[in-house]
Amino acid sequence: MEDYIIEMNGIRKEFPGVVANDNVTIKLKRGEIHALLGENGAGKSTLMSVLFGLYRPEAGEIRKNGKVVNITNPNDANDLGIGMVHQHFKLVEVFTVLENIILGAEPTKYGFLSTKETREKVLELSEKFNLKVDVDAKIEDISVGMQQRVEILKMLYRENEILIFDEPTAVLTPQEIDELMKIMKDLIKEGKSILFISHKLNEIMSVCDRVSVLRKGKYIGTVDVDKTNIDELSEMMVGRKVDSVKVTPKKKVGKTILSVRNLVVPSKLHKNNAVNNVSFDVHEGEILCIAGIEGNGQTELVYGITGLEKITSGNLILNGEDISKIDIRKRNMMGMSHIPEDRHKHGLVLDFNLANNLILKKYFQEEYQQHGFIKKDQVYKHSDKLIEEYDIRSGRGSQTIVRSMSGGNQQKAIIAREIDCESSVLIAVQPTRGLDVGAIENIHKMIIQQRDMNKAILLISLELDEVMDISDRILVMYNGKIVAELNPKKTSPQEIGLYMVGSKIQDKFIEKEVKKDE
Amino acid sequence: MNDIKALKSKEKKPFHLSDGTINILSSVISIIVGFIVGFIILIILELTKADSDISKSFSVMSDFVVYAFKDSGFFIKIFYNSAPLLLTGLSVGFAFKAGLFNIGATGQYMIGAYFAVVAAILWSFPWWAAMFVAMIGGAIWGFIPGYFKAKFNINEVITTIMLNWAALSLVNLLLLNMPAIKTLPPYNRTDPIGYHNPSGLIPDFGLKEILGTQYINISIFIAIFIAIIIYIILEKTIFGYEVKACGYNKNASVYAGIKAKKTIILTMIIAGGLSGIAGGIYYLAGTAQFAVQDKLPIMGFNGIPVALLANSNPLGIIASSIFIGYLQVGGQAFEGVYSSEMTNVILAIIIYFSAFTLIVSQMIRNIIKKKHRGNKTGSNDKGIIDKKLEPNNNPPDKKQKKGSQENKMEVSK
Repeated sequence: MEDYIIEMNGIRKEFPGVVANDNVTIKLKRGEIHALLGENGAGKSTLMSVLFGLYRPEAGEIRKNGKVVNITNPNDANDLGIGMVHQHFKLVEVFTVLENIILGAEPTKYGFLSTKETREKVLELSEKFNLKVDVDAKIEDISVGMQQRVEILKMLYRENEILIFDEPTAVLTPQEIDELMKIMKDLIKEGKSILFISHKLNEIMSVCDRVSVLRKGKYIGTVDVDKTNIDELSEMMVGRKVDSVKVTPKKKVGKTILSVRNLVVPSKLHKNNAVNNVSFDVHEGEILCIAGIEGNGQTELVYGITGLEKITSGNLILNGEDISKIDIRKRNMMGMSHIPEDRHKHGLVLDFNLANNLILKKYFQEEYQQHGFIKKDQVYKHSDKLIEEYDIRSGRGSQTIVRSMSGGNQQKAIIAREIDCESSVLIAVQPTRGLDVGAIENIHKMIIQQRDMNKAILLISLELDEVMDISDRILVMYNGKIVAELNPKKTSPQEIGLYMVGSKIQDKFIEKEVKKDE
Repeated sequence: MNDIKALKSKEKKPFHLSDGTINILSSVISIIVGFIVGFIILIILELTKADSDISKSFSVMSDFVVYAFKDSGFFIKIFYNSAPLLLTGLSVGFAFKAGLFNIGATGQYMIGAYFAVVAAILWSFPWWAAMFVAMIGGAIWGFIPGYFKAKFNINEVITTIMLNWAALSLVNLLLLNMPAIKTLPPYNRTDPIGYHNPSGLIPDFGLKEILGTQYINISIFIAIFIAIIIYIILEKTIFGYEVKACGYNKNASVYAGIKAKKTIILTMIIAGGLSGIAGGIYYLAGTAQFAVQDKLPIMGFNGIPVALLANSNPLGIIASSIFIGYLQVGGQAFEGVYSSEMTNVILAIIIYFSAFTLIVSQMIRNIIKKKHRGNKTGSNDKGIIDKKLEPNNNPPDKKQKKGSQENKMEVSK
């Protein structure tokens, strides 16, 4: 008999209207990295939540070291040595890194918090596994990558031996992903076992030992990584053969739609400007991609362009008109669509139903209102049309409360709404963040389709694959400035990577700086 | 709520209860439980007395329940009490919809009352114009915290609480320095409005004479009419959409181009105006006279439980305000038997328990679901659910919570 540290047998979990897990069985061997592969909504996160005690299954059993265990809440899971890094981190934003790590296992002396030893232990762990964190920084002030390292440290601090990573790479840069892969391998060497939830086949192939595949809540099978290949896995996952999006490059680039001139946007985190004297043009029928490591000013650049943040100086010209000082609604009306970086914070009103979310940028228009009264019929008609057109899946159609929808479908709803505005420029910030292969393919197709319809597209992405795949032109942003302009046909990810980390700057961008200083 | 619907569509349930039935049933159950607990506490309090007599508690408690129906005058007083409550409830509820906590209904109510009295007595305004002036007064008092919230992001809870006291002191000061509205001895309160200006009283269409009670007038109908208007604003208009969008997610509203600051200020103006009308409606009835106060009137604060009981739904607020009006009238049964503090304790307990409606409705749903599932397992040959694992089958806490949230959202629709 094999040495399984965790077995989940015949797990069934239902949610209103859907069966998220239907008789799923997975077995984790001691000291392996076991991938759980599946599309969005395939039930991976649900299965892991069952293991972690967040949900109780309707049927099935969980065994640890061959013995049946009863996990009713995360504390039980923790006592069994199961730790989890969630896709959306569970950290207290206003607490420091250290406070978050000890949360729930606070060391006390005479009833008072005593963090001295803990601090040393955390620092030791962070050194040992090369998990760089600033223990005294507040969570709200640190990067997503560092937040993830905090989550990992949290598990290590609790001496968990079974580590669950729920889509850990979705939010990371290429360099950070490599680092994480290394960390995961180190963890295995230290005797931990890892369950790795992902839909990124490359990562699974490079780091995992075995893969279990789920599709639409059903268990498809488990294979050894060295006995399979990417094509086979993607077929298992999607249920059909997948072709990666083939971009037919558009030859003719039209007139300038959006020009950004000497844009300066202040930072909320520090005194320096987050965006410092940035200029570029986006043309009709092109996908201009801004690549860069997270936190180099991309977010603020978009805030500045869309009006979410006031700019310090510079000009924004959309379709020949200066929009630097006008409000968000007017910018939208003048032809600006924006797929925001954070779909929960900006993109959606989660407690509204789907119809009300799809109308968020149009509800005030003539077509949907009469003397200030909303034409409900029109709103629902509009919503039904978009749901049909963009294949947005939800439990109760237009009436579904958006909070209850899967991430992929929430994103589809935003994209549908933004494309439906028929704007001349579409600003897409990490539009495929946290989505699976099928959904990414879909979204890339939609973006390319928009380009072919002569729209100007500004894509901000942290994923080099995406940047290389679909862009017509690449700008690399580093430390609030544009440091390179590249042609995706003539460059390599490695080259982009050099610009991204700031070890190289193209001459023309240096010259510009000098000129300005004089 | 979702699961019930989903199950409904799949197959017929063993016994059928519609969502509406469940909601009403759970309200009734919660209220009954509240009465029972209140009664138990009354008995306990009685037993602590030296000359305890439990039969006294029994008679008072049963009197309390039926008091409002003993006499047409008492019955009418329910509505007399609930009209201003309804409006302060709307004031709090409307602000809730925009994500604002208006604790300042009391201050806005006082300012409104003062404006109404001055308009009716000094300026001889007809009742509807005096009420309009009251609305303006309340709106000004609502605008101030709204403006500070929007412009400087100062928490409205702090500003509204402070403005309550500011309103109290300001109104007292003005009242002391206005002999013209206190011409009758003992000169400590405003003159009855009818004495100076009969047209300043809210009309009763002669019903006062016929029914022999001074508490009847059309104020409850005005309040219900306003509640319906607020409901329409929230559910059917662009402005209502913006208010709710701001309340649920301010960031997303700003992203969509909604002027969140303007919406916040407008919401507070409307909330203040509603409390202002509440003050007007209470004093323009002509039964109460405005006097120098040393504590904040309870009417504004009672708007908070009224709004919470109804989950801020304007139509629900109609029902919850009448319910609390009924309790207040019933509270008169305690008079002379128990102290007013005891009355307040019992009322508070009943209101407290009626807030458990959501939990009770969730419990009912779970019971139905369980029965349903039991049925399904029996009839399903495939037997997906292993009988051995049945004990594992308890509904998870997490989901229960989620369910009740969804339920809340449904109710607020």
